[in-house]
Amino acid sequence: MGAAREYMRSRERVGAQEDHLKDLLLRGLSGDGVAYHAFLKALSAFLRAFLRGRLARVPDEVEDLVQETLLAIHNQRHTYDASQPLTAWMHAIARYKMIDFLRRRAGREAMNDPLSDDDELLAASDEEAREARRDLATLLERLPDRQRLPILHVKIQGLSVAETAKLTGLSESAVKIGVHRGLKALAAFVRK
Amino acid sequence: MKTDALIAMLATNAAPVEAGVLLRRYVLALGAGLAFAVLLMAVVLGVRPDLPEATRLPMFWVKVALPLSLLAIAIAGAVRLARPGVAIGRVPAALPVPVAAIWILSAAALVAADPGQRIAMLLGDSWLMCPLNIAMLSMPVFAGVFWAMRGLAPTRLALAGAFSGLLAGSAGALVYCLHCPEMAAPFIGTWYLLGMAIPAVAGALLGPRLLRW
Repeated sequence: MGAAREYMRSRERVGAQEDHLKDLLLRGLSGDGVAYHAFLKALSAFLRAFLRGRLARVPDEVEDLVQETLLAIHNQRHTYDASQPLTAWMHAIARYKMIDFLRRRAGREAMNDPLSDDDELLAASDEEAREARRDLATLLERLPDRQRLPILHVKIQGLSVAETAKLTGLSESAVKIGVHRGLKALAAFVRK
Repeated sequence: MKTDALIAMLATNAAPVEAGVLLRRYVLALGAGLAFAVLLMAVVLGVRPDLPEATRLPMFWVKVALPLSLLAIAIAGAVRLARPGVAIGRVPAALPVPVAAIWILSAAALVAADPGQRIAMLLGDSWLMCPLNIAMLSMPVFAGVFWAMRGLAPTRLALAGAFSGLLAGSAGALVYCLHCPEMAAPFIGTWYLLGMAIPAVAGALLGPRLLRW
């Protein structure tokens, strides 16, 4: 009895969270930046817990993967259909990115020496586990100017597309395309 | 870059997302791909001269129905596989239906035929070129649907590639019906299927490489 009631209550909680997140995302997709920020913030917390539970052996890579998955969800946000459960969509992306990460990692470890037991022990006690090891800001520097400058001005400094166009001499549509392609290219750098 | 900085960056000036991206990409891919395939067929192979008369024969429409039904199933599968978290459901279970139908027709035709005619019904005049031509005519749609899929987010890459390849193969076979003079069910049930299978297998093999994101 008690267990069943507890189960129903947790189902209701998940359902309420799903509705709340979905509302934020849909508002974000129609251009509400504040709602979109709140969506990504809440999503990152769920992702961190989800990935930490599944990547217990590599805790210091969890934050890298949280960032990679956030970037993927942002780049693929046009594939979300409002009639679809949001949890299924987010879960499928997180799972895909995690499997991709594990495959890459298995490939790397096959080439390099595997971690010794001592290293694993140290890694597990690392206080800085929430710092990403791979720095996206450094990867951003590697983008060509036509993508890097639009991202720098529009996404980091918060200038409008028109202001960025004036500043860089690019057309407004080139600025928009630069942001879009630059974030895709960033996701591709991360995968390598 | 800390995660909060990344979140701030992604949310800053995030442009509104246009609805209907999937539909637009597939309509464009299939429309342009089919147009190129028809052009390719007309230029390289030529439209069959007796096409108007052939369209009055039921067998012509049976021949068209096989790739057309597979095309419908492949589209249903591809658009589901293009979105994360959408189950493909019973779509693959529909695939054997048109195949079984053409094989039952083939068996009936072979049983009814004179034993000396059976090999001729199976091989026709073009058994070797048929699968190769279908594979060739599938190439424009193949390029189109892989472009469409690359702009979306498949998570089962080999399966998504296979359905994209089948979509291209069945579109190619559909266009090939405008050229091909063969009208025997055993021929269609063998060489058309083989021709459509070539891009489907190619898609399954290329999917993990081309569709990764």
